[in-house]
Amino acid sequence: MPKESKDGRPSYLVINADESEPGTCKDRDIIRHEPHKLVEGALLASFAMGAHACYIYIRGEFYYEAVALQKAIDEAYAAGLLGKNAAGSGWDFELYLHRGAGAYICGEETALLNSLEGKKGFPRNKPPFPAGAGLYACPTTVNNVETISVVPEILRRGGAWFGGIGREKNRGTKVFCISGHVNNRCNVEEAMSIPLKELIEKHGGGVRGGWDNLLAVIPGGSSTRLITKEISETVLMDFDSLRAVNSGLGTAAVIVMDKSTDIVYAIARLARFYWHESCGQCTPCREGTGWMYRIMQRMVRGEANLEEIDMLLDIGSEIEGHTICAHGDASAWPIQGLIKHFRPEMERRILEYRKQIAA
Amino acid sequence: MPKLTIDGMEVTVEPGTSILQAAEKLGIEIPRFCYHDKLSVPANCRMCLVEVEKSPKPVASCAMPCGDDMKVFTQSAIAKKARKGVMEMLLINHPLDCPICDQGGECDLQDQAVSFGFDRSRYHEEKRAVKDKEMGPLVKTVMTRCIHCTRCVRFGEEIAGVDELGVLGRGEHLEIGNYVTQAMTSELSGNLIDVCPVGALTSKPYAFTARPWELHKTESVDVLDAVGSNIRIDCRGAEVLRILPRLHEDINEEWISDKTRFAVDGLKNQRLDRPYVRKNGKLQPATWPEAFDAIAAQLKNRKIGAIVGDLADCESIIALKDLMRALGAANLECRQDTAQIDPAQPAGYLFNTTIAGIEKADAILLVGTNPRVEAALINARIRKTWLAKRIKIGVIGPQMDLNYPTKYLGAGPETLEELLNGKGAFADVLSKAQNPMIILGAGALRRADGLSIQVLARKVAEKYNMVKEGWNGYNMLHSQAARVGALSLGFVAGNAETWQKVNALYLLGADELPLEKMEVNTFVIYQGHHGDRGATRADVILPGAAYTEKNATYVNTEGRPQHARQAIFPPGEAREDWKIIRSLSEVLGKTLPYDTLAQVRQRLVQENGLFNEIDAVRSAKWVPFGKEGKCDKAPFVLPINNFYMTDPISRASRVMAECTKVFVMKADQERAVARG
Repeated sequence: MPKESKDGRPSYLVINADESEPGTCKDRDIIRHEPHKLVEGALLASFAMGAHACYIYIRGEFYYEAVALQKAIDEAYAAGLLGKNAAGSGWDFELYLHRGAGAYICGEETALLNSLEGKKGFPRNKPPFPAGAGLYACPTTVNNVETISVVPEILRRGGAWFGGIGREKNRGTKVFCISGHVNNRCNVEEAMSIPLKELIEKHGGGVRGGWDNLLAVIPGGSSTRLITKEISETVLMDFDSLRAVNSGLGTAAVIVMDKSTDIVYAIARLARFYWHESCGQCTPCREGTGWMYRIMQRMVRGEANLEEIDMLLDIGSEIEGHTICAHGDASAWPIQGLIKHFRPEMERRILEYRKQIAA
Repeated sequence: MPKLTIDGMEVTVEPGTSILQAAEKLGIEIPRFCYHDKLSVPANCRMCLVEVEKSPKPVASCAMPCGDDMKVFTQSAIAKKARKGVMEMLLINHPLDCPICDQGGECDLQDQAVSFGFDRSRYHEEKRAVKDKEMGPLVKTVMTRCIHCTRCVRFGEEIAGVDELGVLGRGEHLEIGNYVTQAMTSELSGNLIDVCPVGALTSKPYAFTARPWELHKTESVDVLDAVGSNIRIDCRGAEVLRILPRLHEDINEEWISDKTRFAVDGLKNQRLDRPYVRKNGKLQPATWPEAFDAIAAQLKNRKIGAIVGDLADCESIIALKDLMRALGAANLECRQDTAQIDPAQPAGYLFNTTIAGIEKADAILLVGTNPRVEAALINARIRKTWLAKRIKIGVIGPQMDLNYPTKYLGAGPETLEELLNGKGAFADVLSKAQNPMIILGAGALRRADGLSIQVLARKVAEKYNMVKEGWNGYNMLHSQAARVGALSLGFVAGNAETWQKVNALYLLGADELPLEKMEVNTFVIYQGHHGDRGATRADVILPGAAYTEKNATYVNTEGRPQHARQAIFPPGEAREDWKIIRSLSEVLGKTLPYDTLAQVRQRLVQENGLFNEIDAVRSAKWVPFGKEGKCDKAPFVLPINNFYMTDPISRASRVMAECTKVFVMKADQERAVARG
């Protein structure tokens, strides 16, 4: 993003509070409990990038959070911290809160910009990237609530402090959302690169029924591929370590599933989510998510052919990387993770179903 | 200038060119659905994916600008897999109803499925079905076939300027629709049929009529307005089945108006297919010699006049002029709408800026014209210019809904006078503009003081520097295909009303005259192709050919001569028009000196040099025209109320009648209700 506008176009900061990834609820807690951090961060970040206006796009379903955040913004205005000569800095700064209408895709940065402009929430083609032509075709940075909220703390304590946490290339702290079959479901801010097992044991109170009862973990929100118990023993919660096991940190939403889980059904439910939330703009995602969801539905019952498991992978590869935004990729990954680690379970169901039919 | 290689071939392109366009330059065809030359680029169909070196994912070639040293592969394994995948996805919810689909044989999806798809389906789930949408009498919808390329939505928003189509719902439930169930209120709605790459939007009147491979295709030009749109006439046997647009960047780009496209059924109704002679007050069928003899008998000792109608071709106009001159008749007229146009100077009656030239304008003044109904494609060009540059457009005349914002200045000549005196806000706009334009419609000249208004408009053009080196912003917008041709051939008398004083009148397809003003015992010869107003008053009817049935020359409003080509033969005993006049001349003892079309065309060139160069526009010399005088204060009145019925062909068309009912009469009713 250009530091100074050469052609007179203003710069904008847009904060993405459209948190809708299944399993993720960190932004919600920040807005609910510490909205002032976000307001402060918005001012600091906007000043740094030369933006006189910032928009917070909040998920429509977050009603009480929007109320809380608006209250915090109003308080800040009343205290002279926002508006003309914000906080006595000589910098004019307006902060707007905009409520979305509840579409998952509007969390995609360019779809969010379209939605903010009053258009249909369709992701835009890149290039041009938002840094060059974003909101109202002006240079725009879109950042997450968590990112902006941590800015004041970093400035207060210094970059060296933040940079001293975590592993090489995976520095800082992260809010992890632990959900599913653990004894203590929670949001927790921890150092990056904490081992997954430690995270679950320390903050999640352990897997329900003990560690050995663990079946699989989705480590980074529904869009990442699941990992098995064996991998979970050793993997670290950071970008590189999770990428190495063919998954990803995503939103750091750890979804823990114990052995009582119908894993095929769980992933079929996610497939349904992606089918339901596809914007429908690109052909592969519009048509492919529905196709995969329907096959997955049959897979739950075992009402399928063995070849269809490979076909699912193939359909996923036809969607993945062929769409404007990452929704297509995200819809394929959970299923790829399932097939990679639980193919025997899927095959068992198919064979069992056949036996039932034959009997 | 970025230089890149596509499939190993090097190409240098303008900055901003997309990979797809660069590939086209090399003759490499990349399949596409959503991309259309004339529309914005959404890149949502994903059919044009190609591999680009160093890019981790395949790239949509329609939206990706070319970069320096880019290496593009359109035939690599990655590109092929991407295409095949997209093709499979497009087809899973597309019905397999090609045998009953009107798009069959000219369907992009069909063609590309053969080229890039797979020969069987792996999809065994339930298919999606979508409710059809009602879009009026012209466009038929089968929405289950829709592949959501959004070309129609973008056409509506960008070209037609009506935000009536949109995308509703999301994901698999995405539907193209008009939300409020109503016909699309655009004169260009037929183009939706062409932009739709599948059979979702097809022609309603043409439904289940023919397959494209059965059709005989003839490239021709349209005559239902004065734009001279390039068209393709599709016939089967002796029947014109449909009209499609043909690309001409300087005239119609690739669009045509709904009248051009759908009035085609009018060619089959009300046709004059044999000569008639009035006996005892009744028109009786006759043979050609009988008809000619009747004319020869009656024309003796009469004061003869001739009037050229709106659809007449230049060949028959010159033949008629030569015949009339030989007969000593001086009352020749082509301005049957009584528009006072100075015929002496072409600069005064031509669209000097040219249609493509509109795009260079930065301020436009519309005087007594509604280009939306008089020349829908010129209006589209104005809208295109407005869309690109947000130019200021001023209107003098009745208030009307054009599909771009305008500034209403006033109703009549006094507003033009004010502008001439430099008064009003628009004077400022015009004086600041680099390339200002004035478009004068027939509505401003259909009055006694027409010539003075022409002078007024010319002075406005001169005051605001509209005519200068390399730019002529003075324009006259005609709505009749024959008008400019007849004016350039000098088929005019001094006064538009002299024909009322003759006692023998030759009407060459003239149907718009106030015939009631004629003397009761005037002998009327009507030569034309439709049994319209002129024929009912005729004493002798000579059946001629419609524009699809003859090789003929027409000059459009820019002064651009173009050739229309014969697609079928005229019905029954009807003949090509210049031949009829040539035969008649022999019976009258004044044999015209030409026997072939080539000879007639030589005669055209002899009469006016502009016929020398087909499809070229000569710039007219800027010399004073019009006649100084006092202008009446009466407001301008538009010549056309109903876009769908302006000539014998569209009046005979059932489709146009239906359109009149749906679009014009309903709109009138609504206006009446609104007024209370």
